[in-house]
Amino acid sequence: MSEPLTVAEQVQALNKYEAGFVTDIESDKAPKGLNEDIIRFISAKKNEPEWLLEWRLKSFEHWKKMPEPQWAKISHPPIDYQDAYYYSAPKAKLNSLDEADPKLLETFEKLGVPMRERARLAGVAVDVVFDSVSVATTFKEDLNKLGIIFCSISEAIRDHPDLIKKYMGSVVPFHDNKHACLNSAVFTDGSFVFIPEGVRCPMELSTYFRINEINTGQFERTLIIAEKGAYVSYLEGCTAPMRDENQLHAAVVELIAHEDAVIKYSTVQNWYPGDENGKGGIYNFVTKRGLCAGARSKISWTQVETGSAITWKYPSCVLKGDDSQGEFYSVAITNNFQQADTGTKMIHMGARTRSRIIAKTISAGKSDSTYRGLVKILAGADGARNYTQCDSLLVGDECGAHTVPYIESKNPRAKLEHEATTSKISDDQLFYCQQRGLSEEEAVALIVNGFCREVMQNLPMEFAVEAQKLIAISLEGSVG
Amino acid sequence: MLKIKNLTAEIDGKQILNGLDLEVKAGEVHAIMGPNGAGKSTLSYVLSGRDGYDVTGGTAELDGINLLDLNPNERAAAGLFLAFQYPVEIPGVGMTNFLKTALNSIRKARGQNELEALDFLKILKSRQKELGIADDMLKRAVNVGFSGGEKKRNEVLQMAMLEPKFCILDETDSGLDIDALKIVADGVNKLRAPDRGFLVITHYQRLLDYIVPDVVHVLAKGKIVKTGGAELAKELEAKGYAELVA
Ligand SMILES: Nc1ncnc2c1ncn2[C@@H]1O[C@H](COP(=O)(O)OP(=O)(O)O)[C@@H](O)[C@H]1O
Ligand SMILES: [Mg+2]
Repeated sequence: MSEPLTVAEQVQALNKYEAGFVTDIESDKAPKGLNEDIIRFISAKKNEPEWLLEWRLKSFEHWKKMPEPQWAKISHPPIDYQDAYYYSAPKAKLNSLDEADPKLLETFEKLGVPMRERARLAGVAVDVVFDSVSVATTFKEDLNKLGIIFCSISEAIRDHPDLIKKYMGSVVPFHDNKHACLNSAVFTDGSFVFIPEGVRCPMELSTYFRINEINTGQFERTLIIAEKGAYVSYLEGCTAPMRDENQLHAAVVELIAHEDAVIKYSTVQNWYPGDENGKGGIYNFVTKRGLCAGARSKISWTQVETGSAITWKYPSCVLKGDDSQGEFYSVAITNNFQQADTGTKMIHMGARTRSRIIAKTISAGKSDSTYRGLVKILAGADGARNYTQCDSLLVGDECGAHTVPYIESKNPRAKLEHEATTSKISDDQLFYCQQRGLSEEEAVALIVNGFCREVMQNLPMEFAVEAQKLIAISLEGSVG
Repeated sequence: MLKIKNLTAEIDGKQILNGLDLEVKAGEVHAIMGPNGAGKSTLSYVLSGRDGYDVTGGTAELDGINLLDLNPNERAAAGLFLAFQYPVEIPGVGMTNFLKTALNSIRKARGQNELEALDFLKILKSRQKELGIADDMLKRAVNVGFSGGEKKRNEVLQMAMLEPKFCILDETDSGLDIDALKIVADGVNKLRAPDRGFLVITHYQRLLDYIVPDVVHVLAKGKIVKTGGAELAKELEAKGYAELVA
């Protein structure tokens, strides 16, 4: 056997290797740790242009000097960034569903995930089992006809460098915060969407149908551009439980809506939350921001957050265009020892900009959940309006829920409304449901789903049904 | 059908039921009357298994099944239904969804198949028609913004949907005007059947003009102190409870 190559040698070897990194990539994995060589390795693996490598290195230099964000109400031991892998090739595919983790299959059953989806989600090689490739191809052809681009970010870097150069980092600058900065240095893949002027995307775009999605969860990067008058609804994630060996996740999502464009972005986040004793689980540190660049544009975030040991996430809207609108609908559920600090930022710049925030926080077990929201009205935002409603629901006596609204208004004519409630599931409600035949767990799930209704009804139909069941599953063991 | 023997129960260590005996046969309607604080609601909660109501002695069986061993939802599946004195609001949970979830939970527990949306809606429509319940009520969240009359009619609708063996109505007449009372009583009368028993708890005789009982019991200080026919209710109305309670 020959000695394993050093990272530097591997990079060299890759640079010599002209074509076909796709096949070569199969068995490769960079060693643990984070340094310039690793970043060069990632960039070389992906055959990236020089400017992107420079961007990554610049981000890395900056990252080294940046402090961790401090404001969130979360606690964890210091992260050892050198004790993690930043590049690993796609995992070996399973040959059939029989090889998948029985626990995973059980959850699919409970969620009612369609059979064909189960195989794909469990990591069975698509071509072995079913025709999702052809499904995806058909979709792609339909989209192509309309001029819509929907591909992995790696493909976009290769095929649409001008768009990437123009927009990547334009909404979330590489130095935005430490987690976004890390992502900018080491991101491995993600999605790219471009909707041309006046086009209404005829289907929900979802990561379900992306072919190249394997193993991109850790440092995912998504960029969505809607040109003048365009419309797109995008679904991220899935309700199936997502396990990952990597504890640290730091994704970046950037949305750009030009004049009269509408972007609807829905997420169901169900990363592994750790066990009932608080062991393990994903740290999910996400930076999501949308820019309503044009007049009358609209960006709407809907999220259902049930997974991860720690969630740190504030999908935001920068309302630059006059009369533009931002929305944030959120359900965040924590159970056992989970921690979530999530909310939004609405930055009103343009005149008559409007924003609406509906945040539902559910805490069970020994978990702790915080809604943190900023509404900022700049001096030029004449006639700006915001409506914020934060409702917290406690299940049991050992959990916590907190609401932290920040308001900064530099325009005295802006109108802001804020409502907040905290409630507990009452014994009366539980008993009433039980007397009608529901078990205690079914009763809790029903009441919680009712509590979240305003948010859930913003999800696309099929997704909403799964998300409802997911809420039930994530609250399992929270009573009795 | 329902057999209660020497039942004693307490709340927070305070004894409320003091050796209560009661037997209701299939097809019969029994009324329980009594002064405030006598333990009428306590009896309904003890039978349905509410937390905090501790049985300290005695037995309660429904068709030979020991109710006291079961969870509240298992008792519901065994065929026990309680129409609440104060039906609770459940914000955001639509009536139709609630009814479907309840019916399917019970069907599952009884080993029946769960109903698909379409089959469920058929049943709901026909019950709704029988009871004269407007569509509008089913589009709202459970009991949210319902008037007193609507809440009680909603209880009767749920009763009709879940097809229980035995129904307890706890002061279903409280807070109702005479028209609403008639509608609710009419709904209950439609559900009377040879294989179904009823326990109608009320403070006033008025309800019993519309739901005519086979047997009337007087509950005072946690036990049955007097039993008679429908005429006993009239007698109580005239004389009051004072004599019996003393
Ligand atoms: N949750 C409770 N905690 C303590 N005491 C209770 C509770 N509920 C009822 N009681 C007491 O039990 C007795 C019977 O009450 P209840 O069954 O409600 O009577 P009724 O329905 O006949 O008016 C009363 O003395 C009442 O104060
Ligand atoms: Mg009472």
